[in-house]
Amino acid sequence: MARLNRAISDQPGGGSPRGSNDIRFSFPSGEFAVRTALATVLCGLRHLALSQEEYGTIELVLAEVLNNVVEHAYGPNETGRIEIIFVNAADHLKFSIIDEGVEMPSGETPMGKCADIDVPLEDMPEGGFGWFLIRDLTKDLTYRRVGSSNILSFRINIATQD
Amino acid sequence: MDLTSTQFDKVQVVTVNAARIDAAVAIRFKDIMRGMTEFGPERIVLDLSQVEFVDSSGLGAIVASMKQLGSSSKLDLAGLTPTVDKVFRLTRMDTIFAIHDSADAAVAEYTH
Repeated sequence: MARLNRAISDQPGGGSPRGSNDIRFSFPSGEFAVRTALATVLCGLRHLALSQEEYGTIELVLAEVLNNVVEHAYGPNETGRIEIIFVNAADHLKFSIIDEGVEMPSGETPMGKCADIDVPLEDMPEGGFGWFLIRDLTKDLTYRRVGSSNILSFRINIATQD
Repeated sequence: MDLTSTQFDKVQVVTVNAARIDAAVAIRFKDIMRGMTEFGPERIVLDLSQVEFVDSSGLGAIVASMKQLGSSSKLDLAGLTPTVDKVFRLTRMDTIFAIHDSADAAVAEYTH
């Protein structure tokens, strides 16, 4: 995984007036581990002084991505490491999430259509919101399978500060 | 997952005493809701004012909590914090539930 990380961080991330440093950390897969990871990322972004809404968006997108890794890439009977890398530029944050679980079905991210809610009560969807939220709240979503790793990268725009 | 149920004249308020309804607690939330609301009145209000974060699993669990009431009761929501409100708006689930500013406002509306 180390070589992969270098490849990702070598990509142009853009200079940042807010003092850009790419931050990376990894943790073992697990539902409660996702909570800790989210708290750690948000803590690591605190110095950017983003709006409450921006922090909310980041937490929501990361929660959906990480839950998908825990539930689908690794699944209930597998654990493995999940790595989060983020780089901040002037007007966006770029995230890469890396895991070594199973490949996305058909090698691409789900379409993430908005669930149909014009249905009777008993047919109301209880799931399928995750990819819709991820696609709705991110830009430049890309998925790559490299060796035995899944790499999901995306950008979240933030308001520029003077 | 700490939930409190308070019975009013025609309304039951279920208060979520937790900051998150996420994948880690979604199933437990749904199960506790089933137990608490099974014999509830016609109107049940879920007070989310302490909940700062709901992910898609939590959203699904809230929808499931509504569905498991069947046609005997209706589930309303109250006190949505900004990020929670955003999840409901983006998924259009805000159109499925009656949403009140606060549990107090909901109780006042239904008991008068």
